[in-house]
Amino acid sequence: MIKKILIANRGEIALRIIRACKELNIATVAIYSVADTLSLHVRFADEAVCIGPAESGASYLKQSAIISAAEVTNADAIHPGYGFLAENADFALLCRDNEINFIGPKPEVIRMMGDKAQAKKTMRDAGVPVIPGSDDIVPDFKSVEKIAKEVGYPVLLKASAGGGGRGMRIVSDHSELEKAYMMAREEARSSFGNPNLYVEKVVENARHIEIQILGDNHGNVVHLGERECSIQRRHQKLIEESPSPAVDPELRRRIGETAVRAAKTVGYSSAGTVEFLLDQDNQFYFMEMNTRIQVEHPVTEMVTDVDLLKEQILLANDKKCSEWLQDFHLRGHAIECRINAEDPYKNFRPSPGKITSFHAPGGPGTRMDTHVYAGYQVPSHYDSLLGKLITHGKDREEAIVRMERALEETIFEGISTTIPFHRAILKNNAFRTGDFNTSFLNSFEF
Amino acid sequence: MNTKKLLELVKVVESHQIEEIEISRFGMRIRISKSGIQRESGKNGRAHMHEYIPQPPVTALPAPTAVPEPSDEDEIQLSENQIEVKSPIVGTFYRAPAPDAEPYTRVGDIVSLGQPLCIIEAMKIMNVIEAEHAGKLVRIIAENAHPVEYNQTLFVIEKS
Repeated sequence: MIKKILIANRGEIALRIIRACKELNIATVAIYSVADTLSLHVRFADEAVCIGPAESGASYLKQSAIISAAEVTNADAIHPGYGFLAENADFALLCRDNEINFIGPKPEVIRMMGDKAQAKKTMRDAGVPVIPGSDDIVPDFKSVEKIAKEVGYPVLLKASAGGGGRGMRIVSDHSELEKAYMMAREEARSSFGNPNLYVEKVVENARHIEIQILGDNHGNVVHLGERECSIQRRHQKLIEESPSPAVDPELRRRIGETAVRAAKTVGYSSAGTVEFLLDQDNQFYFMEMNTRIQVEHPVTEMVTDVDLLKEQILLANDKKCSEWLQDFHLRGHAIECRINAEDPYKNFRPSPGKITSFHAPGGPGTRMDTHVYAGYQVPSHYDSLLGKLITHGKDREEAIVRMERALEETIFEGISTTIPFHRAILKNNAFRTGDFNTSFLNSFEF
Repeated sequence: MNTKKLLELVKVVESHQIEEIEISRFGMRIRISKSGIQRESGKNGRAHMHEYIPQPPVTALPAPTAVPEPSDEDEIQLSENQIEVKSPIVGTFYRAPAPDAEPYTRVGDIVSLGQPLCIIEAMKIMNVIEAEHAGKLVRIIAENAHPVEYNQTLFVIEKS
């Protein structure tokens, strides 16, 4: 039985994990950099250890400091959250070597799915539909040329060690290919330490549909339906919802089954997400598998009444997937807005600084997952996520109306936030009718 | 918890060297602290590491003779020319290279640049912490065989 969990993360997700631990009566250890000394997760945890200076590389990414903190506090498990070391197979391995329960899938699975080209190949061999393109990483420019010609432009050059919307380059026609290829390799090398690329046909006007999965340590995997995540700015999700307006029960059953098959093929355990692209002909293609709990997990929690963090911890305790999860029902509709400390009127320039005033929304079907408070100094060293506002309604219309009401109630003073941008999107007709895809924000006028 | 038990707990805290005790079970949480303890210091979370652990009655700690102050205060009063030696890593602080060996330094010692001051053990590796300033070792703040976190004060050196 896990007795004490060290949360190897910060911000709102650290708080989320602490909440799940408290409900399970598990002791918590927070780690923090000097920049996060006054952060909420530090105050809410039972114990806290300062592990390094502000720079992530010397603190939240420093594996030795985190393991050492677990040692001195006798933590028997580490929850990595999302980002930072959550999908770092070496770190998962280090935990195992130090007899610390890493709350997530096995290091081997993380490594396999982290290599995006390899993951795609594995999926294809398992009969999961994949986006047309290269079978594996492209060994040289000639192969890129050949594949691009076969699948047709535009194509996407993707870093094999990338993921999460990073390390991708669109090539519209053959004349751009050579230069794009060289630049993509260089970018991949400097961002991920690995220059290898794979090639995919651009699926135009597609929707980003992802399936939440849960797996136990005994080979069972279930899915909890989809999340619609097409509202993205530069490949970063801004608004997510469940269910997707474009997915009917039959399509849900098919995509869900495919996701479960994909997960079982690789021996997946813990929480995870399988991402697909859904084209205009309702064909879906595997994109990538995220071997972690995701930012937008609350949306699934609101429509299924499943506490994903608690499930993750229980699964790490060797619990079997509950029978009733096979029979999940989606109840109503949920929408999430990611509120960032950025100024939408100034091209989303980051807006760190002191929050002089803060009022969180409330009322029925309203949930705010945030680590900020009035007087909190938003640091400039980390991502700009202030919090997630999630609303739930009996149907999509009610969820939207609630979100509009809740956004109006959410007050931040002292910094700029993306709330005005969210409000504008919610007013948009295409959004309101559910008729949008991943190119929505490309042509959105703000 | 009834009043009688509560009063007993209060007596225990008062009569032993316990500054604060917190007992938490499902649905019940009790915290008793001696007056004068700053809970919401807001300065750093360092104090957290020693909270929430009910201490058994404590006999005198093996404190260096020249240091009358308690060892984990939030603010260390420094006079001019004094600097704090802070821990660069998370781990367990040891004053000597081995359990039965002589400590690297004692209060009053003159230390030179690069001289080993202590060991911090992290992940089974003994990291020797060397002096970055020359001077006189006037205080030993960290406790032997106790965990220390990043930036925690270990010693105070009076620069020469």
